[in-house]
Amino acid sequence: MSKIPGDLHYTRSHEWVRRLPSGQVEVGITDHAQEALGDLVFVEVPQVSRRLVAGEACAVVESVKAASDVYSPVSGQIAASNDDLAQRPELLNSDPYGAGWLMRVVPDASAAAGPWLTPAEYAQFLEEAG
Amino acid sequence: MPFIPHTADDIARMLQVIGAQSIDDLFDEIPSALKTAALPGVPPGLSEMEVARLLTERALRDGRPLNFIGAGAYEHHIPAPVWAIASRGEFYSAYTPYQSEASQGTLQLIYEYQSMMCALTAMEVSNASLYDGASALAEACLMAVRANRGCESRRILLPRTVNPTYCQVARNITCNQQIEIEAVNFDRREGRVTLRALQAYEGQDFAALVVQQPDFFGNLEEVDQLTDWAHANKMLVIAVVNPTALALLKPPGEWGGLAGGTRGADIVCGEGQPLGVSLASGGPYFGFMATRMPYVRQMPGRIVGGTLDIEGRPGFSLTLQAREQHIRRSKATSNICTNQGLMVTAATIYMALLGAAGLKRVAAASAQRTAELVRALCQIGGVSEVFDAPRFHEAVLKLDRPVAPVLAALAERGISGGLDLCASYPELGHALLVCATETKTDADIDAYARALADIMPPARDGRGAI
Repeated sequence: MSKIPGDLHYTRSHEWVRRLPSGQVEVGITDHAQEALGDLVFVEVPQVSRRLVAGEACAVVESVKAASDVYSPVSGQIAASNDDLAQRPELLNSDPYGAGWLMRVVPDASAAAGPWLTPAEYAQFLEEAG
Repeated sequence: MPFIPHTADDIARMLQVIGAQSIDDLFDEIPSALKTAALPGVPPGLSEMEVARLLTERALRDGRPLNFIGAGAYEHHIPAPVWAIASRGEFYSAYTPYQSEASQGTLQLIYEYQSMMCALTAMEVSNASLYDGASALAEACLMAVRANRGCESRRILLPRTVNPTYCQVARNITCNQQIEIEAVNFDRREGRVTLRALQAYEGQDFAALVVQQPDFFGNLEEVDQLTDWAHANKMLVIAVVNPTALALLKPPGEWGGLAGGTRGADIVCGEGQPLGVSLASGGPYFGFMATRMPYVRQMPGRIVGGTLDIEGRPGFSLTLQAREQHIRRSKATSNICTNQGLMVTAATIYMALLGAAGLKRVAAASAQRTAELVRALCQIGGVSEVFDAPRFHEAVLKLDRPVAPVLAALAERGISGGLDLCASYPELGHALLVCATETKTDADIDAYARALADIMPPARDGRGAI
């Protein structure tokens, strides 16, 4: 059973969202996603200051088997990207909700929060997906 | 690895296992309205004997002209062992087999090819080849847009000194991907791209500058200056190079860096035909592509890597496949590229036979022959050289009259005299692109000069007929 921390929001494409006190949101991929991908060998994070529309492909996580897109859960502008992942992509496998974060986004003022899933909804979504 | 076709029995047994009546059943998903029994305009099949006869007759119609055309495809001597080895059963196949467990020989050959291309270009990684030089440039443009992450536009600077056919193909392949290609003019005296021509683009947002060396006119571009200018303006440098010329010229991996900027082109591509592949209209030829490690994940095509097997023995296998079409589908780095396995086999054997010293001799002899050809032809009244720049093994000549009738008259005498540039470069007037490689003898050059002098008698006023 993969870990689903109770203080985060989730998407159906397996990203997690953490609201930071600064108003920015931190984004990563879930424990379930990293497990399904297997050992990651390369992570491509978005350039700082790039503008994103919710649902847009903004990062690529690559395992030996496949390269998969990560979709932005929110519209806004990239404030920071996790550059450590360039040298240590395995952080995403070992600590997907912590050291394996991908990016921090300044959400657009008009950006709606979601539709994100609650931890319980995401757990149910995983269960239904089998 | 042997290729063994299925027998009728094999096919029947396989159909039985999967519960299908016939091979056609496997295609029953395709609506019958979309199927066509016969293709209009495609004649029925011919037997091998009929095909051999038809093609021999057509080849005879072409004759064996003395060839002085280059313009992207070059006549070089191909040592007999090249195709004797390349056409052995182990190599000769319509498909390149990549399975590590069955294809170590093929994979090792491609690995050797990639290593040779890296040595020739001074780049860090080469792919296993692409279709041809023109589509390799198109792929390089797409790659540059992906790789130059600091650039927000999808624009490429493409000088008019790049092979016009390549430019056309690059535009064709990239135009539906919202990529804009901006043509840069060349200096009329030098036939090269100058920093002056690039000034208009200073500080603008372009993903890459393309630099062809030698350029389409045969001239040597100021590659160091151009590379440094592009890097100073946050553009990548796409080098389009002739592999034979690289035996003499500074490799693209070492271009620029004069003022402490980044050294070297970022993507190198070109046509591999000069390396042991015979001239043929329509190919097959092969394209090559190389880059630096930071961009390796944006490079399209197969890449063979060296590795160790489970018992620690060295071996070879495809690597970095996660962004290829069988995994990424529509998001793959490319869906229109493949490896030209057989052509690469010939090129690898060609390079191995010649070695660095041999390739240098071919390049030097070709440059020498072209210099002699230009000298001989320019002694004829009404013929002069257009550009004032150092060149490799091609040159643009100006005639005092339209080029097409002159070429037609030369053809009647069994000479392919060069490429008429009037359609692609009308501003150059009656311009003819000529090439001589190491295959041309003194007698060949003399024959061309005599035929041309004969066709272009000086006009009475001494200025030639216009």
